Amino acid sequence: MTTGLHTPLVAKVLYEDKIDAAAHWSLRVRKGTSLKLIDVEGGANVGMLFYNPENMLERYNAPDTLKGQHTFKLTKGNCLYSDMGRIFCSIVDDSVGWHETVCGNTTKKIVEEKWGEKNYQEFRNEWNQNGYNSFLVELAKYGLGKKDMAANLNLFSAVGVDDEGNLQYLENNSKAGDSVTLRFEMDTLVLMHTCPHPLSTATEYPRKPVTYQILQSGEVEDGDFCRNYRDENARGFQNNEIYHLGGACCHD
Amino acid sequence: MIKESELVVSQASFQETVLAGDYFMKVIKKGQTFRILDLAGNQAADTLFYNAADPSERYSAVDTIREQLNVYLTAGTKLISNENNVMLEIVADTCGRHDTLGGACATESNTIRYSLDKKCMHACRDSWMLAIAENEQYGMTKRDITHNINFFMNVPVTKEGGLTFEDGISSPGKYVELTAHMDTIVLLSNCPQLNNPCNAYNPTPVEVIIWD
Repeated sequence: MTTGLHTPLVAKVLYEDKIDAAAHWSLRVRKGTSLKLIDVEGGANVGMLFYNPENMLERYNAPDTLKGQHTFKLTKGNCLYSDMGRIFCSIVDDSVGWHETVCGNTTKKIVEEKWGEKNYQEFRNEWNQNGYNSFLVELAKYGLGKKDMAANLNLFSAVGVDDEGNLQYLENNSKAGDSVTLRFEMDTLVLMHTCPHPLSTATEYPRKPVTYQILQSGEVEDGDFCRNYRDENARGFQNNEIYHLGGACCHD
Repeated sequence: MIKESELVVSQASFQETVLAGDYFMKVIKKGQTFRILDLAGNQAADTLFYNAADPSERYSAVDTIREQLNVYLTAGTKLISNENNVMLEIVADTCGRHDTLGGACATESNTIRYSLDKKCMHACRDSWMLAIAENEQYGMTKRDITHNINFFMNVPVTKEGGLTFEDGISSPGKYVELTAHMDTIVLLSNCPQLNNPCNAYNPTPVEVIIWD
């Protein structure tokens, strides 16, 4: 068996777990490992934010990510940048093709208007949780708050834009079994929720769990697809190398 | 949408020129209207808004985009806060389109976009950092610096999901005007960027005009 350093699909799975539908969780992902998210049933949405655990003021920056790569959609080859010119992670594999980062979250009000209220008292953990509150809870675990909530990723979800700038939610963007793999280029605090996309057109509140795996990802070589996807990304990797100068080359 | 203002400059209560590379920070009272005037054309005014009573409520690009279902800002756009309240409304606009996807320049992002050796060139985020340091009365820190509006910037999104930086659609004398729906701190960086062809590598002054 090959070590599969550049093919995350066959990389060693260090850990696998599930995040229930309409739930939230957070974890630290190390440089040298990858986070693979799998849409179990199709139609999942994963809201996601990144912070540098060494300095929480460094966080995912959607505008820098988009303008730096001259893209509105995110897919394989794209890197996800911090506001400090560094790459939290690279999208090394993606069967979906389009993930968006400009629509934010559902709020309590949006959920109630779209799908009606399902409170905890009556519905227990089958309640209609919203993305905004989910992030507030995860942020607060690390001493962060609403001021720290940046524009988030909505993985597995896509919105198109016409010539006039009008947004359209793209239906059936992600199918059952679709996955996206993020290779972390620095240690990162990852916050995520599985609440529906705020522009979802589903008639019922969509309850979509995801599976996630932590994979061993190995060294990034000069010919790496994401590193060479754009000149900007090569410079981003240079910034990460400067950040890690003199440190351990990798985690066992 | 092009919509001209009926306000007369001679009746304004406040008028100030903001030079390229400088910041402007001031409370606009509820009901006041303020204009940003692009004096020489194709300038970018990187702007953030905060609730003056509680700056943790602030302009939110994603909430504004989602609520109006459109990525561009123009006359009629309501600027929405992270608490999903209307903070301001664009009431006049002779430019026709403004960007809120592209964010501001920072020394660090300049290394990505242009070259690592550009890292010490003046950038909008540095102006904001100086602004919050010099204006301690607002109690703001880097946590308060969020995703901004680029008035006068033209950043079209393509159907295929691309993002392009086009030459500005602004020209000398074009302006955008906003009416405040709450007492609002305006934090504007008049962009010092020297690496972007959008301003012909020559950042220029803007003027801020306020009517009661």
